[in-house]
Amino acid sequence: MTARDDLLDLLVEDARHTTADLARMTDLTENEVEAALAALEEEGVVAGYQAIVDWERTDREVVRATVELNVTLDRETGYGDIAERLARFPQVKTLRLVSGDYDFLMEVEGSSMHDVSIFISEKVAPVPEVTQTVTHYVMTTYKDRGVVLDDDDEDDRLSVSP
Amino acid sequence: MGLETADRVRAVPPSGIRRFFELAEERDDVISLGVGEPDFSAPWAARDAAIDSLERGRTSYTSNRGLLELREAISGHVDDRYDLDYGPDEEILVTTGVSEAVDAALRALVDPGDTVAVVEPAYISYVPGVIFAGGEPLRVPTREADEFKLTPEALESAGAADADLLMLCYPNNPTGAVMTGEELEPVAEFCREHDLGVLSDEIYAELQYENEHTSIATLPGMRERTVVFNGFSKAYAMTGLRLGYAMAPPEVVTAINRVHQYGMLSAPTTAQYAALEALRSCDDEVEAMVDEYDRRRRFVLSRFDEMGVDCFRARGAFYVFPEVPTDESAEAFAEGLLKEQGVAMVPGDAFGDGGEGHLRVSYATGLDDLREAMDRFEAYISG
Repeated sequence: MTARDDLLDLLVEDARHTTADLARMTDLTENEVEAALAALEEEGVVAGYQAIVDWERTDREVVRATVELNVTLDRETGYGDIAERLARFPQVKTLRLVSGDYDFLMEVEGSSMHDVSIFISEKVAPVPEVTQTVTHYVMTTYKDRGVVLDDDDEDDRLSVSP
Repeated sequence: MGLETADRVRAVPPSGIRRFFELAEERDDVISLGVGEPDFSAPWAARDAAIDSLERGRTSYTSNRGLLELREAISGHVDDRYDLDYGPDEEILVTTGVSEAVDAALRALVDPGDTVAVVEPAYISYVPGVIFAGGEPLRVPTREADEFKLTPEALESAGAADADLLMLCYPNNPTGAVMTGEELEPVAEFCREHDLGVLSDEIYAELQYENEHTSIATLPGMRERTVVFNGFSKAYAMTGLRLGYAMAPPEVVTAINRVHQYGMLSAPTTAQYAALEALRSCDDEVEAMVDEYDRRRRFVLSRFDEMGVDCFRARGAFYVFPEVPTDESAEAFAEGLLKEQGVAMVPGDAFGDGGEGHLRVSYATGLDDLREAMDRFEAYISG
């Protein structure tokens, strides 16, 4: 595994690792870590750093839905064009072209179910190439981007053992 | 009193770890770096195989030697990984953890009064095991100056030339020391020259970060005088499933099995099915765990360096063994650190006199806790 791969694994696990800690764990110098991170960002390999939030533990109401989208293409309009248009909406958090029964899988976020419904019906459905939307509201999130939420497992090992 | 305890049991003092465990248990805010087991769970495929074996009602004894399928898988695994060639029928015995394998081997090989040289610092069970088997332990200290590696000089000066057996463990608990094939060769030469049998505990073989593991049994003339121990507890995070194995020439395995069959009958069946699946399909999980331990190891070594705490570069297992950075004894330092900062590390002398002046620090703990523990350690020594 290269040092870059190692850094990526560590950042995926916890993007808040300090440069000093990353250096400690990889045997690189802090300068080398900084240079590698700058290059990864520059190349767009690292596209951003975000927290994984369990909204159910906050007072804030966040409603999420996954939306299956079917589209039709014509000579002038490809998947990329449609994606570009849909991705501009701030409500759209994730947008992927997928294989199978539908074309796009979209994750949408709003402050209420009504808010999300209005967005789908007034902004997404009217896009000319969109032929069908199927919306699934998220009821509970158990795991998000590899992190198990609500995981209060205690360390039940003996505190000192051979 | 009708029930008088045996002399050889009274001769063994309570484990130094036990006392420290009780101290640590007294408070609930302790970050423990005193844990000698993985903080991961066994790979899901192995757990699933255990569940499946129960659902199928596989709840009876297996052969004393263990499931043949498992012994075949072990035989293939040690051949692939360590170039060890042991036949599944007569040269491999599946046991209830390596601890049972070591105990049974000592009882099978030690006659009253036989001397067993134990390389220290050592896993806490070796010396008591020798005493329970009726043998005389001979402590062979290793030094930090030698990176806790065993040398013929250390064997010579401890008087091991007259011993009957040599008990060693590399990668080592508690020091994290490893030995390469080149470094083991002079030890092997000493054993051949003085006709010593070798008990080689290689339970941490998979957890080696800068070299590939070499078993002493692969060196010329060593296979016939060595019992190799390995198991599933550490690499596969299966400590609670209690599954290990011993490998040796047929007559030796037959003798160890004789002790095992009267004492244990057979290793737990459920655990054997879990182990079989672990060998078949869990290489990726092991690799991921080893990568994670390696990152933590680098982190901890680097933090000790920054604090100016002398700690040789441990290359195996999941321990580092820093020097106590004050004038206190290891026990006094560890107790102070626990009481004042709520960080548990095990005093090195719990692993034999050779460990005095050191602490065993386990990094089988998540990075957030490691980071906090090292910060508290720093606060303690500067405070």
